[in-house]
Amino acid sequence: MKLSAKLLATAAAFGLMAGTASAEEMRIALVVKALGIGFFEAAAKGAEEAAQELGDVEVIYTGPTDTTAEGQIEVINSLIAQKVDAIAISANDTDALVPTLQKAMKRGITVISWDSGVAPEGRQMHLNPSSNPLIGNMIIKLAADNLPEGGDVAVLSATTTSTNQNIWIDEMKKVMPNYPGINLVATVYGDDLADKSYREAQGLMQSYPDLDAIIAPTSVGIVAAAQAVADAGKIGQVNVTGLGLPSEMAGAIESGASKSFAIWNPIDLGYAATMIAYNLAKGDDEAAPGATIGMGRLGEVTLDETNSGAMADPFVYDSSNIEEFKSIF
Amino acid sequence: MSLADPDMTPVPRQIPDRLASPAAKLLKSWESLLLLVAVGVFILNCFASPYFLDAWSLSDATFNFTEKAMIAFAMALLIIAGEIDLSVASIIALCSTAMGLVMQMGGGTGALVFTGLAVGLLCGAFNGVLVTRLGLPSIVVTIGTMSLFRGISYIVLGDGAFRGYPSAFAWFGQGYVFWVITVEMVIFALLAIVFGVVLHKTNFGRQVYAIGNNSTAALFSGIRVGRVKMILFLLTGLMSGLAAVCLTSRLGSTRPSIASGMELEVVTMVVLGGVSILGGSGSIPGVVIAAILMGLVTFGLGLLNVPGIVMSIFIGLMLIGVIAVPRLFKMARGK
Repeated sequence: MKLSAKLLATAAAFGLMAGTASAEEMRIALVVKALGIGFFEAAAKGAEEAAQELGDVEVIYTGPTDTTAEGQIEVINSLIAQKVDAIAISANDTDALVPTLQKAMKRGITVISWDSGVAPEGRQMHLNPSSNPLIGNMIIKLAADNLPEGGDVAVLSATTTSTNQNIWIDEMKKVMPNYPGINLVATVYGDDLADKSYREAQGLMQSYPDLDAIIAPTSVGIVAAAQAVADAGKIGQVNVTGLGLPSEMAGAIESGASKSFAIWNPIDLGYAATMIAYNLAKGDDEAAPGATIGMGRLGEVTLDETNSGAMADPFVYDSSNIEEFKSIF
Repeated sequence: MSLADPDMTPVPRQIPDRLASPAAKLLKSWESLLLLVAVGVFILNCFASPYFLDAWSLSDATFNFTEKAMIAFAMALLIIAGEIDLSVASIIALCSTAMGLVMQMGGGTGALVFTGLAVGLLCGAFNGVLVTRLGLPSIVVTIGTMSLFRGISYIVLGDGAFRGYPSAFAWFGQGYVFWVITVEMVIFALLAIVFGVVLHKTNFGRQVYAIGNNSTAALFSGIRVGRVKMILFLLTGLMSGLAAVCLTSRLGSTRPSIASGMELEVVTMVVLGGVSILGGSGSIPGVVIAAILMGLVTFGLGLLNVPGIVMSIFIGLMLIGVIAVPRLFKMARGK
């Protein structure tokens, strides 16, 4: 009994010492869907960058082994026990994490979600990598930038019922007047299947011999379209652009089938999430509808009525940076 | 080989004057070894992290094992009887989905709990009938129902989710009886006592051991082997239903991926508790300590922000260790 009492006392003393030592340093936990995923490793890199810039921040990069809500709850419970100052999470489940995150907030921890959001009652704010209008504008801009004299473009989408793609195409059509000389000649659907997307892209080039660009706002379609253009020997004539993953698009950029494409930048995302968590935990900014929160070098994010905001335009990848990112995600 | 081979000469067998005293037996038992390890891990944790010794933290940490342990008690009996149920996590998914459907139809907390338990019982009955009536091996049957039960949840829910459970329902997974004692902890403790008494103090418990050691001999001794096994499958289903109630209440929502992979953690807990995977031996106190030990290890490593995969490696090594060490001891003594 005596020995264990002594042990407990030493442990408690340890606790006090550690408590005072880390009092000045703010600890921000970056919780991801699962460890070992390139996209999130890149986000952690961005978080470290933010921590170095801020100086008095320690980033705890953590997450479960599998992409389960139960795994993330165990991780959050241990973070609550560690009394971290803020949790920035990319959630495996919109709803299942809410009770645990509410508990975290009740104990004074700042909670934000990024990338994959949590229901509004389970977080103070959510950071989207981009917004639908920004994406719609970006995909047409990428095509137009390479067509100074105007030209014909076609869209290769996923399925007719894909919510995201339909919204982005609608947003794109809204800003079409800003790009005079660019004509949208057709919208076809590859159902997010590689072979069907490939055939649809072939069909576009046959039906519209003067086609200048194919816009594919889907990572499956853009790769298939680039392949179809390369196989048809139309590199240089038809430019493939849209939304894709650097690892899958590196070949198309190299061959010239695609001059540039866009997707979010995970490094910026991790950086921004850390900056926001810091500013909220410090009390410098407040999460409320209409409020703006600082994101360091990325400027400010403005929150909408659900307390979510968009970080930035999708990040453009081309021959200048594809090497750096193709190994990341 | 000569006639004087020492192995061939009969040696008078040593019969001890008396059996080891109960106290000595207890000291040498698996449970006390496990308890020692658990206490060791607890003390290590105290030193490793300043945040470990906190009533609220420890209370939160119990959620790492309480739901799994509920199933582990029933699973222990099933494994002692020489059978296994790998579909428990999928039963949770199906129970939770059924509860979600009832909630959408406007069912209250009582109806939700009843649905969870009833569906669990039905799943257990389905497994039990296939094993005891058709004589199929339980490991094959339950690997099949593992896909079947979760498959139904996926058909019902797709990539959607049920949410909006009544706030009274949250009591099971998020409620406290008093101070830091959660509802789940109380359920865990009560079940430990009930299962301990059933296994160690009743005829039924002796029958479970008998079946696990030699089911043919048990049958000829007048034990209704099929019936006992059926009851054990029903019990495992019921406990999975109870775990589904607690987990759904704690998450406040249902997705078809709920509790995925939990069956292996439950089996790990049972085996770590000293239950022989071949059947015939094991105890409930062992499972209780193993549950707490696993909770302590995962929580302790979590506090140090050790990545989950390292934690899995740790649990895996612990499991192999506890199985191998007694075997190595036996081999060393044999020589």
